[in-house]
Amino acid sequence: MATDILMPALSPTMEEGKLAKWLKKEGDPIKSGDVLAEIETDKATMEVEAIDEGVLAKILIEEGTEGVAVNTPIAIIAGEGEDVAAAAASGGKPKPNGAGGHPAPTPDMQAEGMADKPAPASKSGEDAQKAPAAPAVITNKADEPVMEEFPANTPMVTTTVREALRDAMAEEMRRDGDVFVMGEEVAEYQGAYKITQGLLQEFGAKRVVDTPITEHGFAGIGVGAALSGLKPIVEFMTFNFAMQAIDQIINSAAKTLYMSGGQLGCPIVFRGPNGAAARVGAQHSHDYAAWYSNVPGLKVIAPYTASDAKGLLKAAIRDPNPIIFLENEILYGQSFPVPQLDDFVLPIGKARVHRTGKDVTIVSFAIGMTYALKAAQALAEEGIEAEVIDLRTIRPMDTETVVRSVKKTGRCITVEEGFPQSGVGAEIVARLMVDAFDYLDAPVLRITGKDVPMPYAANLEKLALPNVAEVVEAAKSVCYK
Amino acid sequence: MDAAKEPAKDASSSQPQVASPEAGSSQAVEAHKPAPNMPQFTREEDLHAYHEMLLIRRFEEKAGQLYGMGLIGGFCHLYIGQEAVVIGMQMASVEGDQVITGYRDHGHMLACGMDPKGVMAELTGRRGGYSRGKGGSMHMFSREKQFFGGHGIVGAQVSLGTGLAFADHYRENGKVSLTYMGDGAANQGQVYESFNMAALWKLPVVYVIENNRYAMGTSVARASAQTDFSKRGLSFGIPGEQVDGMDVRTVREAATRAVEHARTGQGPYILEMQTYRYRGHSMSDPAKYRTKDEVSKMRDEHDPIEMVRKRLLELHGVPEAEIKATDAKVRETVNAAAEFATNDPEPDPAELWTDILLDAHA
Repeated sequence: MATDILMPALSPTMEEGKLAKWLKKEGDPIKSGDVLAEIETDKATMEVEAIDEGVLAKILIEEGTEGVAVNTPIAIIAGEGEDVAAAAASGGKPKPNGAGGHPAPTPDMQAEGMADKPAPASKSGEDAQKAPAAPAVITNKADEPVMEEFPANTPMVTTTVREALRDAMAEEMRRDGDVFVMGEEVAEYQGAYKITQGLLQEFGAKRVVDTPITEHGFAGIGVGAALSGLKPIVEFMTFNFAMQAIDQIINSAAKTLYMSGGQLGCPIVFRGPNGAAARVGAQHSHDYAAWYSNVPGLKVIAPYTASDAKGLLKAAIRDPNPIIFLENEILYGQSFPVPQLDDFVLPIGKARVHRTGKDVTIVSFAIGMTYALKAAQALAEEGIEAEVIDLRTIRPMDTETVVRSVKKTGRCITVEEGFPQSGVGAEIVARLMVDAFDYLDAPVLRITGKDVPMPYAANLEKLALPNVAEVVEAAKSVCYK
Repeated sequence: MDAAKEPAKDASSSQPQVASPEAGSSQAVEAHKPAPNMPQFTREEDLHAYHEMLLIRRFEEKAGQLYGMGLIGGFCHLYIGQEAVVIGMQMASVEGDQVITGYRDHGHMLACGMDPKGVMAELTGRRGGYSRGKGGSMHMFSREKQFFGGHGIVGAQVSLGTGLAFADHYRENGKVSLTYMGDGAANQGQVYESFNMAALWKLPVVYVIENNRYAMGTSVARASAQTDFSKRGLSFGIPGEQVDGMDVRTVREAATRAVEHARTGQGPYILEMQTYRYRGHSMSDPAKYRTKDEVSKMRDEHDPIEMVRKRLLELHGVPEAEIKATDAKVRETVNAAAEFATNDPEPDPAELWTDILLDAHA
């Protein structure tokens, strides 16, 4: 049967072009792959190749014609054994795009972004293509009391954050043979910060894998192993070095589940110290909490206490999704009570009210909690009762716990070591504007690291980081005191 | 044989068609001259290769047509001209071996046995696509067929493919990861990080470098200090070969050697497939960086499908009618795929919010 050759598009945005030249003439035999014609746009010249075989029965658009719309029939090919004259007479009718019931997008619709994407939410109204609302993130119910995470009479053991992290990994490795840890100096050296101490001795070199200094490569290998179904724990000596690997973390680990239509999960934990240590300069002091929290497909955890470090790392290892687990070098040596339970696992995505109060809410996470708690103590001495919330998980963020507190206090400040612009605090402020606007009695203030690369000099480094006095001052300011 | 200890000897001893370092840019053409000890296919093998390669060719032509009609959006990188590489490789692999590649991936998916309808419907962004319309041309996967994508970041699949091999090694399951990359990706840093670890840990991975002579618009000679890609693993002790990637027989023969090497615990192997893409880098590439003569010379003298067709007719005595029947069958398969991909609905708007995270409690 006769086939129309249509004016092709060189790109999704092309609407028309010039039919520059015919390389075949009427009556010529055509085989698949033959170049039939050349078309031009302002950007490029392209060849039109034949897909079908037969005879070029009729040329419908003469060469040199400008402004030929995409999908206009430009020629007719008669099939093998078909009468050429009859074919020439029969074809050439404009064809709808796509024969079936579903209207196919036309190039100009695509150019305006109307066909393939639901319209952005801001174009609301009667538009049937409006994006559906995001499903609710399940966190605490607004009226739910502060949850008890273990029975009240549980014996507690004083444990450093370092030991808690090690215990979490060891317990999960005992539980599941698919869990392994890889990274620089994790095995024979026992961990650059001794987080993996003893793991090589217990689990052997197959499951505790020393890598060369190649973050990009071993992060990719970890993701590949996870796509295949293993459960890697990839240790970065610090998250600063994970910048070498961030492509694999974002583009491969976080996005593959979505891009595969739900086929390929990536059960992997990327963990290591994050943020400033002491006097290590700008390249070893960056807090990446806000960066990773920007990415759908990741969960981001940043614990403060040893108990949270253990319970959340165990949850992270069991979670079927890619997890960024941000630790802190200064917290590694700090001790906290940890419940003595056989299997202590905490829920990801739930904040905790660390200290209750009625006058002002202080929201923080990780090492920021040290400033927040000291400030709350100082404020209490001045008669201001601060409620301190430890986010624990940055993504998904437990907004409800924060909003519930702010509804009570009417005032809020945030504390983090990271940079101010587009930081975790900025996100909290934005959410409060939407979810707690009517309850706020003062603007929300952010205490953050200063907007400068981390300096080396002791006095400058101290200035660059948040301090307790700043937190106290901000809290008093929102209380108008 | 211990690849790690004697890299130079090991590598050279298994390189029947090594080009000398001085050979320069003409080497790809040189390699297409038939070698005296050319491996032969049986009638059935040639019939199989013909059908498989033709399916890719016709599928890609159809994809190009649908792109021209505005039914396929974004980027669309066609595999036309390179068909012998993936088919020869698949003929040397076994079920359960993994395949992973970059963005020029339609051929690999068809070679892995993925349904042309599902692949084409993903190209048109419809709900019946392999990624339910959420991945597109460069992002398709099939756990069932052990095809791990479909990756849009040049070179990223090399570390991932090495990770698949890491998992095979960890599980001791005897499988091999076939990790494809182009000549452009072969200059990425993480490729060498992966080579190092794969050799260090003797991971079962075959790196297939599909050298089609142009990384987008930049020729190999303008981008690579060492244009003999089979040598790219030498400093890690990884043996490599240059292979005529236009001839499915030489591909299958080299692949058999490489896969055997990887499967028997001897570590990674590199195959530089000297091949050629007839079309531009993507649909919107006018391919001004090469001459028409260069393209037509390859098409006329080295077309991988035409070579097999000739053998079927002249060597195996297959009647022309039988070949035409295969042609018709392939066309029918491809037309059915296009029909499905055109009529299948777009994803439900609710799909926007699915597949972001897995349920931790499921």
